[in-house]
Amino acid sequence: MTAHRVSYTLDSTLETVNSAEEAASQIATEAGFDDEEVMKIAMAVREAAVNAVLHGNAYDPAKKVIVDFERTARELVITIRDQGKGLDLSKIPDPLAPENLLKTSGRGIFLIRSFMDQVEIHPSQAGTEIKLIKHVHGSAAGGKEASQ
Amino acid sequence: MSMKTSSRQVDGVTIVDCSGRITLGEGSVILRDTVKDLLSKGNKKIVLNLGDVNYIDSSGIGELVSAFTTVKNQGGELKLLNLTKKVHDLLQITKLYTVFDVKDDEAAAVKSFGK
Repeated sequence: MTAHRVSYTLDSTLETVNSAEEAASQIATEAGFDDEEVMKIAMAVREAAVNAVLHGNAYDPAKKVIVDFERTARELVITIRDQGKGLDLSKIPDPLAPENLLKTSGRGIFLIRSFMDQVEIHPSQAGTEIKLIKHVHGSAAGGKEASQ
Repeated sequence: MSMKTSSRQVDGVTIVDCSGRITLGEGSVILRDTVKDLLSKGNKKIVLNLGDVNYIDSSGIGELVSAFTTVKNQGGELKLLNLTKKVHDLLQITKLYTVFDVKDDEAAAVKSFGK
Protein backbone atom coordinates (compact mmCIF):
# COMPACT_ATOMS: atom_id res chain seq x y z
CA MET A 1 0.00 0.00 0.00
CA THR A 2 1.35 3.40 -0.92
CA ALA A 3 1.18 6.45 1.33
CA HIS A 4 -2.14 8.23 1.25
CA ARG A 5 -2.16 11.88 2.29
CA VAL A 6 -4.99 14.32 2.92
CA SER A 7 -4.63 17.88 4.17
CA TYR A 8 -7.24 20.31 5.50
CA THR A 9 -6.87 24.03 6.21
CA LEU A 10 -9.54 25.05 8.67
CA ASP A 11 -10.79 28.18 10.41
CA SER A 12 -10.28 28.75 14.13
CA THR A 13 -13.81 27.76 15.10
CA LEU A 14 -15.59 25.05 17.03
CA GLU A 15 -16.83 23.65 13.70
CA THR A 16 -13.19 22.91 12.89
CA VAL A 17 -12.96 20.70 15.96
CA ASN A 18 -15.94 18.66 14.81
CA SER A 19 -14.68 18.54 11.21
CA ALA A 20 -11.24 17.31 12.28
CA GLU A 21 -12.79 14.67 14.50
CA GLU A 22 -15.11 13.45 11.74
CA ALA A 23 -12.28 13.31 9.20
CA ALA A 24 -10.12 11.36 11.67
CA SER A 25 -12.92 8.91 12.31
CA GLN A 26 -13.49 8.34 8.62
CA ILE A 27 -9.82 7.96 7.73
CA ALA A 28 -9.09 5.66 10.68
CA THR A 29 -12.08 3.50 9.71
CA GLU A 30 -10.86 3.33 6.12
CA ALA A 31 -7.44 2.36 7.40
CA GLY A 32 -9.03 -0.68 9.04
CA PHE A 33 -8.76 0.21 12.73
CA ASP A 34 -11.44 -1.34 14.93
CA ASP A 35 -14.21 0.75 16.50
CA GLU A 36 -12.43 1.32 19.79
CA GLU A 37 -9.21 2.42 18.09
CA VAL A 38 -11.16 4.68 15.75
CA MET A 39 -12.82 6.31 18.75
CA LYS A 40 -9.44 6.86 20.43
CA ILE A 41 -7.84 8.31 17.29
CA ALA A 42 -10.82 10.60 16.65
CA MET A 43 -10.85 11.78 20.25
CA ALA A 44 -7.09 12.48 20.22
CA VAL A 45 -7.54 14.54 17.05
CA ARG A 46 -10.49 16.36 18.61
CA GLU A 47 -8.44 17.26 21.69
CA ALA A 48 -5.52 18.44 19.56
CA ALA A 49 -7.89 20.52 17.42
CA VAL A 50 -9.44 22.04 20.56
CA ASN A 51 -5.98 23.06 21.72
CA ALA A 52 -5.17 24.55 18.32
CA VAL A 53 -8.40 26.55 18.07
CA LEU A 54 -8.69 27.68 21.69
CA HIS A 55 -5.20 27.89 23.12
CA GLY A 56 -3.16 28.22 19.94
CA ASN A 57 -5.11 30.49 17.63
CA ALA A 58 -7.44 31.78 20.36
CA TYR A 59 -10.35 31.84 17.86
CA ASP A 60 -8.46 34.43 15.76
CA PRO A 61 -10.26 34.47 12.37
CA ALA A 62 -7.00 35.41 10.64
CA LYS A 63 -5.30 32.23 11.84
CA LYS A 64 -5.79 28.75 10.44
CA VAL A 65 -5.55 25.21 11.71
CA ILE A 66 -3.86 22.76 9.34
CA VAL A 67 -4.64 19.09 9.75
CA ASP A 68 -2.70 16.47 7.76
CA PHE A 69 -3.48 12.78 7.63
CA GLU A 70 -0.87 10.41 6.22
CA ARG A 71 -1.62 6.74 6.02
CA THR A 72 0.93 4.06 5.17
CA ALA A 73 0.89 0.31 5.58
CA ARG A 74 2.56 0.68 8.95
CA GLU A 75 0.98 3.69 10.58
CA LEU A 76 -1.47 6.55 10.56
CA VAL A 77 0.22 9.90 11.17
CA ILE A 78 -1.89 12.95 11.93
CA THR A 79 -0.30 16.38 12.19
CA ILE A 80 -2.18 19.37 13.56
CA ARG A 81 -0.65 22.82 13.33
CA ASP A 82 -1.85 26.15 14.64
CA GLN A 83 -0.51 29.67 14.13
CA GLY A 84 -0.47 30.76 17.75
CA LYS A 85 2.30 31.74 20.11
CA GLY A 86 3.49 28.21 20.74
CA LEU A 87 2.45 25.96 23.57
CA ASP A 88 4.52 26.26 26.74
CA LEU A 89 5.00 22.61 27.65
CA SER A 90 6.32 23.52 31.10
CA LYS A 91 2.93 24.98 31.97
CA ILE A 92 1.00 21.80 31.36
CA PRO A 93 0.17 20.35 34.77
CA ASP A 94 -0.04 16.64 35.55
CA PRO A 95 -3.82 16.07 35.61
CA LEU A 96 -3.36 12.94 37.72
CA ALA A 97 -1.59 14.77 40.57
CA PRO A 98 -3.89 14.85 43.62
CA GLU A 99 -3.87 18.65 43.68
CA ASN A 100 -5.03 18.76 40.05
CA LEU A 101 -7.69 16.05 40.06
CA LEU A 102 -10.54 18.50 40.59
CA LYS A 103 -9.34 21.03 38.05
CA THR A 104 -11.82 21.64 35.28
CA SER A 105 -9.24 21.74 32.48
CA GLY A 106 -5.79 20.46 31.57
CA ARG A 107 -6.60 16.89 30.51
CA GLY A 108 -6.39 17.26 26.71
CA ILE A 109 -2.72 16.47 26.18
CA PHE A 110 -2.91 13.67 28.73
CA LEU A 111 -5.80 12.03 26.84
CA ILE A 112 -3.98 12.45 23.52
CA ARG A 113 -0.94 10.67 24.94
CA SER A 114 -3.17 7.95 26.41
CA PHE A 115 -4.92 7.25 23.12
CA MET A 116 -2.06 7.37 20.61
CA ASP A 117 1.06 5.19 20.28
CA GLN A 118 3.39 8.13 19.81
CA VAL A 119 2.93 11.88 20.30
CA GLU A 120 5.38 14.62 19.36
CA ILE A 121 4.76 18.24 20.30
CA HIS A 122 6.80 20.93 18.61
CA PRO A 123 6.05 24.45 19.85
CA SER A 124 7.64 27.43 18.14
CA GLN A 125 7.01 31.16 17.80
CA ALA A 126 5.11 30.41 14.60
CA GLY A 127 2.72 28.07 16.36
CA THR A 128 2.49 24.57 17.73
CA GLU A 129 2.71 21.36 15.72
CA ILE A 130 1.49 18.17 17.29
CA LYS A 131 2.08 14.85 15.56
CA LEU A 132 -0.08 11.89 16.50
CA ILE A 133 0.98 8.41 15.42
CA LYS A 134 -1.01 5.18 15.58
CA HIS A 135 0.69 1.98 14.51
CA VAL A 136 -1.21 -0.47 12.41
CA HIS A 137 -1.71 -3.81 14.13
CA GLY A 138 -3.41 -7.04 13.06
CA SER A 139 -6.68 -6.42 11.26
CA ALA A 140 -5.81 -2.83 10.43
CA ALA A 141 -2.79 -3.88 8.34
CA GLY A 142 -3.27 -2.66 4.81
CA GLY A 143 -6.58 -0.97 5.48
CA LYS A 144 -9.89 -1.58 3.79
CA GLU A 145 -8.71 -0.33 0.42
CA ALA A 146 -6.12 -3.08 0.27
CA SER A 147 -8.78 -5.77 0.69
CA GLN A 148 -11.00 -4.49 -2.10
CA MET B 1 -26.02 14.58 18.15
CA SER B 2 -25.98 17.38 20.69
CA MET B 3 -26.79 16.94 24.34
CA LYS B 4 -30.25 16.87 25.90
CA THR B 5 -31.25 16.77 29.54
CA SER B 6 -34.54 16.22 31.33
CA SER B 7 -35.05 16.26 35.08
CA ARG B 8 -37.42 14.34 37.35
CA GLN B 9 -37.85 14.00 41.11
CA VAL B 10 -37.61 10.69 42.95
CA ASP B 11 -37.98 10.76 46.75
CA GLY B 12 -36.46 14.21 47.06
CA VAL B 13 -33.62 13.47 44.68
CA THR B 14 -33.35 15.08 41.25
CA ILE B 15 -32.48 12.64 38.49
CA VAL B 16 -31.12 14.36 35.40
CA ASP B 17 -31.38 12.09 32.37
CA CYS B 18 -28.68 13.13 29.95
CA SER B 19 -28.29 11.98 26.36
CA GLY B 20 -25.95 12.73 23.49
CA ARG B 21 -22.48 14.22 23.71
CA ILE B 22 -20.95 16.27 26.50
CA THR B 23 -18.30 18.17 24.60
CA LEU B 24 -16.81 21.61 24.28
CA GLY B 25 -19.50 24.11 23.37
CA GLU B 26 -23.18 23.33 23.51
CA GLY B 27 -23.07 20.04 25.44
CA SER B 28 -20.98 21.46 28.26
CA VAL B 29 -23.09 24.63 28.47
CA ILE B 30 -26.33 22.65 28.70
CA LEU B 31 -24.98 20.57 31.58
CA ARG B 32 -23.69 23.68 33.37
CA ASP B 33 -26.99 25.53 32.98
CA THR B 34 -29.00 22.51 34.09
CA VAL B 35 -27.04 22.11 37.33
CA LYS B 36 -27.06 25.85 37.96
CA ASP B 37 -30.83 25.95 37.50
CA LEU B 38 -31.39 23.03 39.88
CA LEU B 39 -29.24 24.62 42.57
CA SER B 40 -31.05 27.95 42.22
CA LYS B 41 -34.29 26.11 42.94
CA GLY B 42 -32.83 24.48 46.04
CA ASN B 43 -32.36 21.03 44.52
CA LYS B 44 -29.07 19.88 46.01
CA LYS B 45 -29.38 16.10 45.76
CA ILE B 46 -28.58 15.45 42.14
CA VAL B 47 -27.98 12.28 40.13
CA LEU B 48 -26.70 12.63 36.59
CA ASN B 49 -27.95 9.65 34.63
CA LEU B 50 -25.34 9.28 31.87
CA GLY B 51 -26.72 6.05 30.44
CA ASP B 52 -27.40 7.64 27.07
CA VAL B 53 -24.25 9.75 26.93
CA ASN B 54 -22.23 8.10 24.22
CA TYR B 55 -19.34 10.54 24.06
CA ILE B 56 -17.53 12.95 26.33
CA ASP B 57 -14.33 14.91 25.70
CA SER B 58 -11.90 16.61 28.09
CA SER B 59 -14.14 19.69 28.25
CA GLY B 60 -17.07 17.47 29.17
CA ILE B 61 -14.99 15.80 31.87
CA GLY B 62 -14.11 19.26 33.16
CA GLU B 63 -17.80 20.14 33.19
CA LEU B 64 -18.61 17.05 35.27
CA VAL B 65 -15.88 18.04 37.74
CA SER B 66 -17.21 21.59 37.82
CA ALA B 67 -20.76 20.35 38.48
CA PHE B 68 -19.49 18.05 41.24
CA THR B 69 -17.58 20.79 43.07
CA THR B 70 -20.26 23.45 42.54
CA VAL B 71 -22.94 21.24 44.09
CA LYS B 72 -20.62 20.19 46.91
CA ASN B 73 -19.68 23.80 47.68
CA GLN B 74 -23.37 24.58 48.10
CA GLY B 75 -23.80 21.78 50.62
CA GLY B 76 -25.26 19.29 48.17
CA GLU B 77 -24.22 16.04 46.56
CA LEU B 78 -23.90 15.06 42.92
CA LYS B 79 -23.65 11.42 41.88
CA LEU B 80 -23.25 9.70 38.55
CA LEU B 81 -25.47 6.89 37.31
CA ASN B 82 -25.26 4.30 34.50
CA LEU B 83 -21.92 5.14 32.93
CA THR B 84 -21.35 3.80 29.43
CA LYS B 85 -18.12 1.91 28.90
CA LYS B 86 -16.54 4.87 27.12
CA VAL B 87 -17.31 7.29 29.93
CA HIS B 88 -16.36 4.73 32.57
CA ASP B 89 -12.98 4.17 30.89
CA LEU B 90 -12.35 7.92 30.62
CA LEU B 91 -13.05 8.44 34.31
CA GLN B 92 -10.75 5.52 35.11
CA ILE B 93 -7.75 6.80 33.17
CA THR B 94 -8.20 10.34 34.50
CA LYS B 95 -8.41 8.92 38.06
CA LEU B 96 -11.79 10.56 38.54
CA TYR B 97 -13.72 7.33 38.97
CA THR B 98 -12.94 7.28 42.68
CA VAL B 99 -13.63 11.01 43.07
CA PHE B 100 -17.22 10.70 41.86
CA ASP B 101 -19.80 8.56 43.62
CA VAL B 102 -20.75 6.30 40.72
CA LYS B 103 -23.86 4.11 40.83
CA ASP B 104 -25.32 1.60 38.40
CA ASP B 105 -28.77 1.28 39.97
CA GLU B 106 -31.15 4.23 40.19
CA ALA B 107 -32.98 3.06 43.32
CA ALA B 108 -29.67 2.50 45.12
CA ALA B 109 -28.46 5.91 43.96
CA VAL B 110 -31.56 7.61 45.38
CA LYS B 111 -31.31 5.68 48.64
CA SER B 112 -27.64 6.57 49.06
CA PHE B 113 -28.43 10.23 49.78
CA GLY B 114 -28.70 11.13 53.42
CA LYS B 115 -32.18 12.14 54.58
